[in-house]
Amino acid sequence: MTKKNITAERLASRNKLSKAYMEKMITVCLFLLIPTLLLVIFTYIPAAEMVKFSFEERDQFGQNVKFVGLENYKTVFTTPEYFAAFKNSIYYLCGSFIQLGLALFIATILCSKIRFANFFKGVAFFPYMINTVAVALIFRRFFQKGDGITNTDGTLNSIITLFGGDPVKFLSTEGLVNICLVFVSIWRYIGFDIVMFIGAIQSISPDIYEAADLDGANRFQVFRYIIAPGIRPIILLQMILAVKGAISVYEIPFIVTGGRFGSSTFVIQTTETAFKFQKVGLASAMAVVLFLIIVVVTVIQKLVLKEDK
Amino acid sequence: MAEQVIKKQQKNFLPTFLAFLKYSVLVISCLVVFIPLVVVFLGSFKSNTEFLSSNVFALPTEFEWSNYKTAFIDGKVLLGLKNTAILIVVSCTGTILVGTMTAYVLQRFNTVMGKVLKAAFLLATLFPAISMQVTVYRIMNGFHLVGTMAAPIILYIGTDIVSIYIFMQFLDNISYSLDESAIIDGANYFTVFFKIILPLLRPAIATVLIIKVIGIYNDFYTPQLYMPSEELSVVSTSLYRFMGPYGAKWEIIFAGIVICIIPALVIFLALQKQIYAGLVNGSVKE
Repeated sequence: MTKKNITAERLASRNKLSKAYMEKMITVCLFLLIPTLLLVIFTYIPAAEMVKFSFEERDQFGQNVKFVGLENYKTVFTTPEYFAAFKNSIYYLCGSFIQLGLALFIATILCSKIRFANFFKGVAFFPYMINTVAVALIFRRFFQKGDGITNTDGTLNSIITLFGGDPVKFLSTEGLVNICLVFVSIWRYIGFDIVMFIGAIQSISPDIYEAADLDGANRFQVFRYIIAPGIRPIILLQMILAVKGAISVYEIPFIVTGGRFGSSTFVIQTTETAFKFQKVGLASAMAVVLFLIIVVVTVIQKLVLKEDK
Repeated sequence: MAEQVIKKQQKNFLPTFLAFLKYSVLVISCLVVFIPLVVVFLGSFKSNTEFLSSNVFALPTEFEWSNYKTAFIDGKVLLGLKNTAILIVVSCTGTILVGTMTAYVLQRFNTVMGKVLKAAFLLATLFPAISMQVTVYRIMNGFHLVGTMAAPIILYIGTDIVSIYIFMQFLDNISYSLDESAIIDGANYFTVFFKIILPLLRPAIATVLIIKVIGIYNDFYTPQLYMPSEELSVVSTSLYRFMGPYGAKWEIIFAGIVICIIPALVIFLALQKQIYAGLVNGSVKE
């Protein structure tokens, strides 16, 4: 082979290489064009605007914009009304932990030798499939107290009067209303947790159970030393999601009570501030606060899960 | 002898008692799920006077089908179902195309652009979706998309990071040698993607579809904000609107609820296993 030939071959292969490279780049650009555009226009530009607006006083139309510095943030943290909404998320947080405990309990039962396990699992899960608004309306009626004119007592109060009790104003008593709303949320979402836990429990190898059985372990020991560590990551994940869920509750209280009687949540207040009262600056500050809380929770999540590995 | 019998009885008693407890817990849970739903079902067949006078658990004396007619036609639930179906079909097609293409590039090509985009997607999962609409609304308005179906569709397609992750995870398990041999045979990346990768992603697509359909069917906030007009009612907003004119007519609201539950029930009964698997896969990836 002559020297000339080698160079020509190299050139040809380089050409081929660059052609392949070009083709690759074109594919990359074309395939990523739409997601990049959507991400920039509908996520990052609004996010940047949100931060900017949070330092301003402005309405939906952007007229009479005024730079106010940290004034909006001060309002969020000093107005009792806004802060009360944060307090309500504690109800939902406690509710989520009760929900996780109950779900774990029911999932363990369903994983033992039980007849109709699939039927019970299906029943527990089905509320998750029902439209949010339908769920909210069902429970608006469920907890209703009749006024004697146009509306009669709802299901729960009918049961109470059946046993000789007095009807209770479930949805218009402060404190109690939040407990009712948390119940609705558990009713709707617990099936999802149960399905998750069953999946995790069933992914533990049956050999381990067999070995435990041979060693004479009792049920509690099996749960404590085999099931619990086996599904630990799922439990941790669910707990973190519960925290995130508790601070972003929106639909159920919005439809069942409209946020009245002290049942408003932070997200309900944010959207009302923005769209009902047209205070976009203040609402942006609220959204930024929520974002920062989520960031903190996520950082904790990463640390906890890393430690777990 | 007698001692042994007692011991044996004790041995039998404990498991039976435990089984009894277990079934009690399950039956009570079932009742908690069923009672609110049964009341809705029964109530939907009662006339207004009967609804107000009868016990909530009483069977309807006469089946009042007109509630369903009112809910379907005047209450626009039928229209809601149609619009929801359109949103689901368009958004799911879009999500699958955009999601698989993005996942393919991010997972198969090691490019700077891909890495940046991956990080950007990851960061975006932290933004609180509903609160963000404060400023997204302005942008949608700027494009004159408020009051059209395009607004929710764009949001359903554009912000779906979970499905991209599901696709990427699945791609991890598809051997590179398949792509490589096709490239050596002279196929370009488009052919590789559409002829090889996309068909292999079918199980992941099923997972994403399940999560997506349930999500869109249940979403209330997005359509309420971006499609406020009555002609663009979806299932959730049309039901929500019931509270105005039918505020005191629970039998009609109940009929509307039953109409919305039936498609969910049918889909659930038909695809139970796939739904469980899809949701478990989806949430572990978060």
